[in-house]
Amino acid sequence: MSTTALTDTHHHDPMGAKIGMWLFLLTEFLLFGGLFLVYAQYRTQYAADFHYAAMSLDVLIGAFNTLVLLTSSLTMALAIAALERGSRRVSAVLLVVTVGFGVFFLVNKYFEWSAKFHHGLYPGSEELAGRTSGEAVFYGLYFAMTGLHAVHVIVGIAILAAVLGIVARRPRIKVRVDDIRASGVSLTGSDGQALWQRELAEAPEAVELALVYPENAEVRHRQVILMENCGLYWHLVDVIWIFLFPLFYLIS
Amino acid sequence: MDKPKTLVPYGTYVLVWFGLLALTGVTITAANLHLGQLSVLAAILIAAIKGTLVLMIFMNLKYEDRLFRIMMLLAVATLAVIMVLTFTDISFR
Repeated sequence: MSTTALTDTHHHDPMGAKIGMWLFLLTEFLLFGGLFLVYAQYRTQYAADFHYAAMSLDVLIGAFNTLVLLTSSLTMALAIAALERGSRRVSAVLLVVTVGFGVFFLVNKYFEWSAKFHHGLYPGSEELAGRTSGEAVFYGLYFAMTGLHAVHVIVGIAILAAVLGIVARRPRIKVRVDDIRASGVSLTGSDGQALWQRELAEAPEAVELALVYPENAEVRHRQVILMENCGLYWHLVDVIWIFLFPLFYLIS
Repeated sequence: MDKPKTLVPYGTYVLVWFGLLALTGVTITAANLHLGQLSVLAAILIAAIKGTLVLMIFMNLKYEDRLFRIMMLLAVATLAVIMVLTFTDISFR
């Protein structure tokens, strides 16, 4: 019987993955940075109007959403810490909680925006056309910046939900073997001990094997890296909100 | 292969979270004091401290390779240069 040694040939580069993620995050920072630049310019130009317009923003809802996002960042960090320690179930639960906070944030945002629309405050509305240009600019920036932020929250939720699907299951690896000419398949441990063996009715052209890993530190490490990178995106959303909140809600 | 990571204790994250909540309280209180020009500065300063806390601890920058901190600093510096240049332009028009 001929034997074929199988090794996990997937390419793993944690450092490269992290650098790639950070480069992407930096472009996100600069994207919002550009909007903050526009905000800073108009705020100096229309200081009084910004001051007046911000009075109709609900500080309580803004503060509450700050609380929600900060706490979601905590549960995200804890979810990663739990996976690093091998507590897969705790990690999955914390991820679900994080997603829950994200959805809760969006629900609050929905009610907040609905109230604004109800008062005729939305980009291009007649109500805003009748107000000073400073107020119109304030609301334009408010909807553009918190809107873009909300889009990021939605994307973040989708990413975390996908990660949850991966982390909740035990790691597995699929291997395709093309050159089987033997009448049987056997699995031998690295110490040479026979683990599993099976006779085949006829020699197949190719065999696909799905191997479920035991809780192995190295395999878990890969999932931690994946989750860390997704977590970074979630924290980015938090960092941006940390700046949005005082600059829009607290200037009245 | 990358260096083995130091495990950050759960407590550190919880502590940072408490800090962030406290700073949120501080920034709301500061806004209600009506400090005039100073209130903008206070708001941005507190937001910067909160942002740094999230970046350093939650986003693990403190425990990562120095390269990541340099990258972040470069982005912040770029933004600062753009801000300064823009405002120099505006104020001398």
